Order: sequence, then structure tokens, then C-alpha cells
Amino acid sequence: MANPRKNKAFNVRYMPGFTPVTMFCLIWLYAPLIIMMVYAFNSERSVTNMHGFSFRWFEQAAKNTQVQDATILSLQIALVATIIATIAATMAALATTRTKPFKGHAAVYAIINQPLMIPEIVTAVGTLVFFGLIKSATGIHGIGFLMMAHTVFCIPFAYMPIRARLENMDLTYEHAAADLYAPPMKRFWRVTFPLMFPGILAGAMLSFVISFDDVIINLLVAGAGETTLPIYMIGTLRRGLTPEVNAISTVLLGVTFIFVVGFFFLTTNKKK
Amino acid sequence: MTSKSSANSSSVAIEVQGLIKTFGTGDASVKALDGVSVSIYENEFFTLLGPSGCGKTTLLRMIAGFEHPTSGHVLLGGDHIGHLPPFMRPVNTVFQNYALFPHMTVGENIGFGLEMLGKDKSEIARKVDQTLAMVRMEEYVNRKTSQLSGGQQQRVALARALAPEPRVLLLDEPLSALDLKLRKEMQIELKRMQHETGITFVFVTHDQEEALTMSDRVAVMKDGLIRQIGAPREIYDHPTERFVAHFIGETNFLEGELHDINGSTGMIKLASGSNVPASLPDEAAAGTVTVVVRPEHALLSTSPDNASLTGEVKTIVYFGTDTHYHLELESGDSFVVRMQNQRDSGTDYQEGSKVGITFKDNAVQVLKD
Repeated sequence: MANPRKNKAFNVRYMPGFTPVTMFCLIWLYAPLIIMMVYAFNSERSVTNMHGFSFRWFEQAAKNTQVQDATILSLQIALVATIIATIAATMAALATTRTKPFKGHAAVYAIINQPLMIPEIVTAVGTLVFFGLIKSATGIHGIGFLMMAHTVFCIPFAYMPIRARLENMDLTYEHAAADLYAPPMKRFWRVTFPLMFPGILAGAMLSFVISFDDVIINLLVAGAGETTLPIYMIGTLRRGLTPEVNAISTVLLGVTFIFVVGFFFLTTNKKK
Repeated sequence: MTSKSSANSSSVAIEVQGLIKTFGTGDASVKALDGVSVSIYENEFFTLLGPSGCGKTTLLRMIAGFEHPTSGHVLLGGDHIGHLPPFMRPVNTVFQNYALFPHMTVGENIGFGLEMLGKDKSEIARKVDQTLAMVRMEEYVNRKTSQLSGGQQQRVALARALAPEPRVLLLDEPLSALDLKLRKEMQIELKRMQHETGITFVFVTHDQEEALTMSDRVAVMKDGLIRQIGAPREIYDHPTERFVAHFIGETNFLEGELHDINGSTGMIKLASGSNVPASLPDEAAAGTVTVVVRPEHALLSTSPDNASLTGEVKTIVYFGTDTHYHLELESGDSFVVRMQNQRDSGTDYQEGSKVGITFKDNAVQVLKD
């Protein structure tokens, strides 16, 4: 019989060592999450010894006004940042995919995506100094600054899936609309927008998760009393670990999981 | 440009004048159209035929408004439209990949153009039904376009482009994605629809058979130029250039001496020494010329004595309806004769037998090049 290792094109199935490495990575990645989730249901105040099953830490977290306030603040910031960033990213994606190639096209891509490459701490320090200047010059303070900072770093995340969607979208749909007497704005709202909508939704979801989850920018830029959920969680860890943090994390994980599944379905082309 | 007579202009649907289109700049520039002028008449099925890269699609896109001329004019019913965007031209296109809107139903797709023109709902519904009936797709009005087969999508694309009753319908190789049987059906359907609607069809294809079966007139294009325009029969029987003769159908090329020119006819002295009458292109001059003879316009005979050419049968290929005889002439050139098979005709000719070739009337056409 022919040896499949010789006759097949390169296939990782036949490469020795791939399976154990894969298994190791998956376990290393998910074991901490699973353990964290298990202790969220602990009936005692320990994150190392499992005593019994209960929802007490979920209840405690839900009743904790600090958790409530921090969650609401995080949601507000993430919502505002997501909406503004997604609109900006949609416009940027249209401008970079629905125009004829021009000089500096590649530079525009790079500039939009560059925030992904700059270390976040650098952006955070820069933002802190910049906002400090504005605040001292104008005397304006408030949550708006934090929302603005979030909006800015969300834009490249929202931009990526929207641009990918537009690049995969055949231009002939828009040509057909133009051919059938649709002027530019009608063409956009009746054809381009509905077809690119899954990409926009995916970009918005990604923005939301990124904003909700942010720590570094919040730590440096947030004003007094502007405690977001991740910052609150870090604060409680300093006062000693309780399963309450596990419970909050488990809820966050659940919400994120729903988002990830949604993102997957929106960015996967069902037809192909 | 002003010399155009008014009587003629009423029947001209599309006129392009000296159209040049250059893509890119400097050394990297490509001339897609190199000075094309043509008039396409009302209620005409006009085909642009040529190999890929000949400029046929560029010309179509320029009539649709997706490309703008580097120089030259596009006129619709005598009005300049070269500067108008696509949505301001009463011209619709059937795209090669159909480009049906995937987020709309069949009915919504077909009604889209009418909706954009601001027609009221009852009129749109009536027109959608009417157009769907014409393409025989009434029962599919509420289907999603992704649920349709290729042939059905083709019909919907056609209905969508016809529903707004454009002055001119442009078709960009719309049949190329269909299988052979469906393609043949659609060729007849398209011809029928053109008759029923009376709309001018401009059809782009690289398929010579498609061009010959459907068109009122064919323009054969190559390298951004129209090489010959005429009715299918004229293009096929009287090609004026080597390229046209070669591109459409099978043909035999022979060298000869042209003499005794009398208007559009003359005599050709072939290498065998015999003289045959020939049709001439414009501005033909006496001297050495290339002539073409279609394989079915020649006959074989067992007696080589008073034949125009003589040769030896090399290969016989049986095709059911007819038989192809591949011959080697005395001059060494090859020559193909196609003869229709008769019932019980048997085989008069064997491989290796010496035969004579005679030409049917009007079989010899002189080329310009």
C-alpha cells in the first residue's frame, strides 16, 4: 500500500508532535478559565478549596452597589465608544475600499491600523498628558474624556471587520444599483449598507468588548470616582481574593462568549 | 459630426464617435479602445464579438456609464450622454454574474429600477408581474435570489434590466455561466424578448456561434478596434480580414492572383493555374491576394480533370450530419472540405485517393490583408 505520508501534500495530521502540542496549548489556555468558573460557585469564601455548590457569590456581586455602579459606567462608556467608533470606522472603510487607488493608499491603511501596534501604555501616557493640557486650559472635566479615549482606540478594531466585509463584497452590486437609476445616497442605503451590515455589527461587537475590557487607559485617564468594572475588580483583588471576583468574571466570560459566537456567524460567509 | 442626416438620426439608438479609452498612464498605459465609431439602430439586436481584451466590454461599460471616454462621444438618441453617471442614463445592463441583490426577493429585485424612478407601488407591482410573466418566472416572485438556479437567476437579471423599459439593454456575456443546453434555450429566449419588447439589445460575447444565431448585426472587434460590421451572413460569407475569417467559423486560406476587377467581383488565378470568380472587399487592387473558402462552400469530385484544385485525401472525419475531408493540395497547402452526409450515400472517397475540388457559386472571398 502507498504510504500516505509520502503521497499526500503537506498535512499537519501526519506531522509528529502536532497533536500533543495542540492539546497542551488548549489545556493551558482553558484550564484556568474552567477552574475560575468552578470556584465562582463555591459555597465558602475560598478560591482554592471547593466546599459546596451555591450562587451566593453571584448574588453578593449583584447586590454590591459598587459593582452595579462600575458595571453601569463601563456599559455607558462602551456603548458611546462603540457607536462613535463604528460610525467612524464604517466611513473610513468606505473611503478606503470604494475609491479608486490613490497615492498614499497604503499609508492610510497603516495610519488607521497603527494604534493596534503602538503599546497601549504609550497611548495611555500620551492621552493622559494631552487631556491634562486640555483640562487645565479649559477647566472642563468629566466622563466625556474617558469616552473619547475609548472611542479612539476602538476605531481600528471596528475598522478591520468592516473593511474585510467591503473588500469581499462584489462591486457589481453597487454598479447594478447605479445602473437601475439609484443615485449615490439611495444606492448606499438600499444596497451597500444592507450588504455590509454584518461587517458593521461585527466591528461594533469587537469595539464593545475591547472597550469594556480596558484597564490601562482607564487606570491612567479615568478621573476621580470614574471606576469601571475591570478597575473595580483589580481593586478588590488587592483586598484579598474572594469568589465574588470569580462570579463577575464568569458573567463577563458568558457575555463575551455570546459576542464571539455572534462575531463568528457574522463574519463567516454562509454561501461559500 | 453635423453631417448626420435627420432622417437617419431618428432610427439611431446609440452612436459612438471616435471613442478612445486609455487605462493607466505613461509606459504602463493600455489602449482599450482605439477610435471606435459605430451606430446602433433602434430595435436592433447588435452584438460586439471578439476575443478577451479586444475592448468589447469596455465599449459596453462606456455606454452604461461605468467608464468615461478618454476622448470621443457617446450619443443616445442624438443626445450626448458620455458625461452622465450610470443612474442618469435610460440604459440597463444584464451583468455577467447577474449581480442580483442577495438581500432582496425576486420581486424586489425586479422592482428596484422602477422604485428608483419614483413609480407608484401599484404600477411597480403590475410591471413586476408583467416582466416576470415574460421570463416565465411568475411563481418565484417572493423567492430569495439565492434559492434560484443559474438559469433562473439569469432570467431574473434579464427581467430586472427590462422592467424599467430602457432605451437600450446591454448584455455582458450573460450566457457564459450556463451549460450548453440552457445556453441554446436562452439564445432563442433572448431573441424572442428582443422582438417582443422592441428594445435595442447590445450583446457582448466571445462566442461566434452565439453572435451568429441571435444578432441582426455583428461587430467583430480586435485590439480596441471594430474590424468588420455586418449581418451574420455577411460576416460569415464575406469576411474582409484574415482575423475575422479566422475568428468566425472554420476556413481555408489560399494565395492567388487577383485580375479582371469589375466592381465588387473579380477573377482569381490560383496556384493550380485555374481561374475562379471571387467577391472583393472595398479598395481591392490587382496582384497577389489571400482568399478564403469555407469548407462547406467547396465540393469534392472523383474526376480531377475540370476541377479548380486537385489534391489527395489525408484524413476523413465523420461528424454524423456531415463529413470533413482533410486534403493536401498539389501546392502542399492543406484544405478542408465539409460535405453533408446523405442517407446510404456510402463513401466515394478513401484516404489516399486523388480528388478534384470545385467551388460553389460565390464561394471565394478576397481578404484585405
